[in-house]
Amino acid sequence: MKHYEVEILDAKTKDKLCFLDKVEPNATIGEIKSMFHKSHPQWYPARQSIRLDPKGKSLKDEDVLQQLPVGTTATFYFRDLGAQISWVTVFLTEYTGPLVIYLLFYFRVPFIYTPKYDFTTSKHWVVHLACMCHSFHYVKRLLETLFVHRFSHGTMPLRNIFKNCTYYWGFAAWMAYYINHPLYTPPIYGEQQIRLALIVFLFCQIGNFSIHIALRNLRPPGRFVTLWLFFLPQLGSWLGFTLMTQCLPVAFFTLVGFIQMTVWAKGKHRSYLKEFRDYPPLRSPILPFVL
Amino acid sequence: MSAAAPGTSKAAHGEAGPKKKKGPGALATAYLVIYNVVMTAGWLVIAVGLVRAYLARGSYHGLYYSIEKPLKFFQTGAVLEILHCAVGIVPSSVVLTGFQVMSRVFLTWAVTHSVREVQSEDSVLLFVTAWTITEIIRYSFYTFSLLNHLPYLIKWARYTFFIVLYPMGVTGELLTIYAALPYVQKTGLYSVTLPNKYNFSFDYYTFLILVMVSYIPLFPQLYFHMIRQRKKVLGHTEDYSKIE
Repeated sequence: MKHYEVEILDAKTKDKLCFLDKVEPNATIGEIKSMFHKSHPQWYPARQSIRLDPKGKSLKDEDVLQQLPVGTTATFYFRDLGAQISWVTVFLTEYTGPLVIYLLFYFRVPFIYTPKYDFTTSKHWVVHLACMCHSFHYVKRLLETLFVHRFSHGTMPLRNIFKNCTYYWGFAAWMAYYINHPLYTPPIYGEQQIRLALIVFLFCQIGNFSIHIALRNLRPPGRFVTLWLFFLPQLGSWLGFTLMTQCLPVAFFTLVGFIQMTVWAKGKHRSYLKEFRDYPPLRSPILPFVL
Repeated sequence: MSAAAPGTSKAAHGEAGPKKKKGPGALATAYLVIYNVVMTAGWLVIAVGLVRAYLARGSYHGLYYSIEKPLKFFQTGAVLEILHCAVGIVPSSVVLTGFQVMSRVFLTWAVTHSVREVQSEDSVLLFVTAWTITEIIRYSFYTFSLLNHLPYLIKWARYTFFIVLYPMGVTGELLTIYAALPYVQKTGLYSVTLPNKYNFSFDYYTFLILVMVSYIPLFPQLYFHMIRQRKKVLGHTEDYSKIE
């Protein structure tokens, strides 16, 4: 069996960072990353981006050395992705925040509202309902993260956790402040409006959950098709919550979320299309599933 | 804040290295030339208006009123630049351009126009002067770049005047916002209080204070970005003259 030689160069400076000899032809990029990590312990595999071209796309961990367009001396380029954090950690942190923060406002913990309202409860029953819905939503998301989600990448850049948490926690605090405020005004159309909102909310929560289950078992490209189906109930839940609370900050949150989802879906769509162009032999049997 | 728009302009990209993106088409270039010429002319009108008013009155107080209309018109017109980036005929970031333009528009309309009492403040003249000189240089820079005949003087001015104009403009802007604060608080301008049926509140006074605070991290970043751009763009020409 012919062995390969692998050299890894820095994508920016083209410096030779590592030379591996006697690499098995069926070695995966993941295994090569582990070998590279041994000589450069500060770059753990999750933060390595290994490419064929300095400006090219990252190779996947599952890619096999002998199936790549390289000679027996393979040259790869390395880019440091920066400190990484696992997706699970990010999701758990960004979802636990809103859950806890909302409850702080709901129970009117001191220093939020005027002292005479500390630890009082709202006189409007919709406020209690809203708290239950909001908490249910985030508990559900936490449970899904722990038991339902299968993540395609293990990690993301560390700075994302600050970005994401600021977004989720910030909006949660902003919404919760007004909904649980002593001067809160309940919805104009009263019980009718609240009931309709609750139905929309619950319907979308159930819909979202069943799609999550279906999503779990589908891998790309069918996964992309269901992405949009996943977004709609998310949007619907928040529209329901907006209607229920008749609170402008909630409407803003729903709008921003919608814009983000659209941008994200478009980006995913483009990257999937590109993938099929770049790797046709590996993907063609699955092509019929793409709409 | 955006007294001298940082060098993310297409022309700066063109100076620093080979253009990677395709340039705008012939029609887009013609439109952009017209746009930049019109804007140069507009800000020249404002400059002339300021000088004439100063000569007529004999003092530099209250000159805002003599150029109020063209200032509003041409500064607001800069919103088109966001569109240019979005459409792709100018290779700048939509977000960065949007932020710069909207901060100018904010100062023009939401502070100076809305709070009449600050219009006679000298700080207004400070930032209007900074903006006027900066914009005349900037728009003529773009015009010449588009026509591929950029006089070194304009390039030099674009990357040098900001050193004084940027802090000057920022000082004028901050002093103006500060002057507006008591009136905003007294009248509750643009503020919404609870209770209301949308369960929303907004305190413009606090918002203005936050805007002022935001200058602290943002201004140095933008300023030093321009200084780095200056070294990059003007730096190598100095090296050539040394060789000769």
